[in-house]
Amino acid sequence: MSVTTIYVPKDSAARSVGADEVAKSIAREAASRKIEIVIVRNGSRGALWLEPLVEISTGQERIAYGPISVSDVVSLFDADFLHGGAHRLGLGKSDEIPWLARQDRLTFARVGIIDPLSSLDFEKNGGLAGLRQALLMQPDEIVTEVTDSGVRGRGGAGFPAGIKWRAVLQTPADQKYICCNADEGDSGTFADRMLIEGDPFTLIEGMTIAAIAVGATKGVVYLRSEYPDAIETLQTAIDIAHDNQWIGSNILGTSHEFELRIRVGAGSYICGEETAMLESIEGKRGVVRSKPPLPAIHGLFEQPTVINNVLTLASIPTILANGAAAYNSRGVGRSVGTQVFQLAGNIARGGIIETAFGITLETLVNDFGAGTLSGRPVRAVQIGGPLGAYFSTTSFSVSMDYESLLAAGGMLGHGGIVVFDDSVDLAVQAKFAMEFCAFESCGKCTPCRIGSTRGAETIQKIIDGDDPVANKKLLLDLCEVMTDGSLCALGGLTPLPVKSAMIHFAEDFGSRTEAVQ
Amino acid sequence: MSPQSWSKEAALGVLATTRVEPGPVLISLQALQQHFGYVPQEAIALVADACNVSRADVHGVLTFYHDLLTSPQPRNTVRLCAAEACQAVGSRELAKALEESGMVEIEKTYCFGNCALGPSAVVKGRLLGRATVESVLAAIEVGVMT
Repeated sequence: MSVTTIYVPKDSAARSVGADEVAKSIAREAASRKIEIVIVRNGSRGALWLEPLVEISTGQERIAYGPISVSDVVSLFDADFLHGGAHRLGLGKSDEIPWLARQDRLTFARVGIIDPLSSLDFEKNGGLAGLRQALLMQPDEIVTEVTDSGVRGRGGAGFPAGIKWRAVLQTPADQKYICCNADEGDSGTFADRMLIEGDPFTLIEGMTIAAIAVGATKGVVYLRSEYPDAIETLQTAIDIAHDNQWIGSNILGTSHEFELRIRVGAGSYICGEETAMLESIEGKRGVVRSKPPLPAIHGLFEQPTVINNVLTLASIPTILANGAAAYNSRGVGRSVGTQVFQLAGNIARGGIIETAFGITLETLVNDFGAGTLSGRPVRAVQIGGPLGAYFSTTSFSVSMDYESLLAAGGMLGHGGIVVFDDSVDLAVQAKFAMEFCAFESCGKCTPCRIGSTRGAETIQKIIDGDDPVANKKLLLDLCEVMTDGSLCALGGLTPLPVKSAMIHFAEDFGSRTEAVQ
Repeated sequence: MSPQSWSKEAALGVLATTRVEPGPVLISLQALQQHFGYVPQEAIALVADACNVSRADVHGVLTFYHDLLTSPQPRNTVRLCAAEACQAVGSRELAKALEESGMVEIEKTYCFGNCALGPSAVVKGRLLGRATVESVLAAIEVGVMT
């Protein structure tokens, strides 16, 4: 007798729209019909607009239904969905849903497919191949492979990971650390969370490879408190990995050693800045450090430390398993590999879109995203989180890669794209950017600490029509001081959303009479 | 776990497990808040003593982090995302309507990572996507009953 496996995501986004209740309802209905089923709580496939997305497995392939609410469950059983029966919410084969089929999933290859906490599932689907390969290599060879792959820091700065790793490898110390920055505070980004909830072993594998490469024996994942599900999943995964000797004192039977733990954040955006994160892990106020010295030389507890984003580290296993060439054959120019874009805000079809760099903004927002959720015209998109630029639809042809976005006056950041419809007021958004900076500033640099408050006040004057010409000039001057006079990206980049809003949406800031450049 | 009322002995018990960690101040404060629901003034000296730092250092950490509370949080607190992705789908209007309902205390938070299904709210530890006044108030009711 075959038992049907049903997948109902446990991803917190899916849970936020009722996945737990749907799973319970399916279990209850199956029991009352005396049908034996197994419910697997997988990660989300990333098509968040289809959540809760219920899949059944026929052995060879998976058939999807969504979005499912509790009230649909009886009709699903009536339609014999356990054998892929037709239903008005039927989506056909999961792998053939165009939104998913068009993607190129490397980092997210297993997310939504496997049971996130099944070590068996993980290995059966290619897990540990990268780590096993790394264990056959010399540290220098691993670092060279990562350097050759061209993978750049996915946290936003885009710094080549291999160069960072080499600096740590070449710095002698008794104790080195691997720190994973999972303080994903940018609005519009959720890829780190989804990877940790959907495939946590990949992150652990990536960090372990990094540890072997640079000679570190301790690792910390700095994970934000706003992600309680991710914290729980990752802690369980770390325990399982330990039990399986994937980490610990004899990694896969070798003499390599790596201990990994989680440090939970405390609601501070600035702790996503790498040096503030180190201060926070050390238990102090999250005040930004001056660089140099670089964290690669003087990092956590003043020891050489690799700091990488979740997605950077999660890309490492596939790079080791399939080679640098397979990775860097994707992308454009110096933006190689895949980028996990996150489509958010007022968007009809939001979620995770992993694809090679070089896709246009238009393809992401209009083809994948299908425009706004409200059905009104798209007016603005903010790319790269609260410190990223606002663009209008006239910029939709921009290629989504580090260099092209920089040239267009923006930045890719962590790959989040927040869409706004035509009801948005960009002066209000610009003011919010300043207010957010004021709220989250660590206080070290005066232009950030005080300039942000003055900036919000000045934008309010412009909104109120209080001498807008002079106040706009003043605001631009302030932006220049913040950009040039702040140590880190918070004070340094808050002017980016402000100025881009003034450039692309001048009509929201009073008359268009004077050029804003 | 519902918060316990303050006792010095319980606090020392909590600190006994956190003080041995490297860089113990923040996790000590987090653990105390977990236990008591907030960090009472009396705790500062205990943390300073346990972690071998000055009371000023502890005060500095306590007041730096938005998560750390120095007074108990009202039971009907709703954490509402106030960041851009949720703004784009009406979080400002939602916050205003909830305020006007007079039923809840709103704590603005910046991002729960549910940016494709906003507006997002957390009620009694539960994340709500596509939050509405009705769904938030309903969640408060359910939370109060259990």
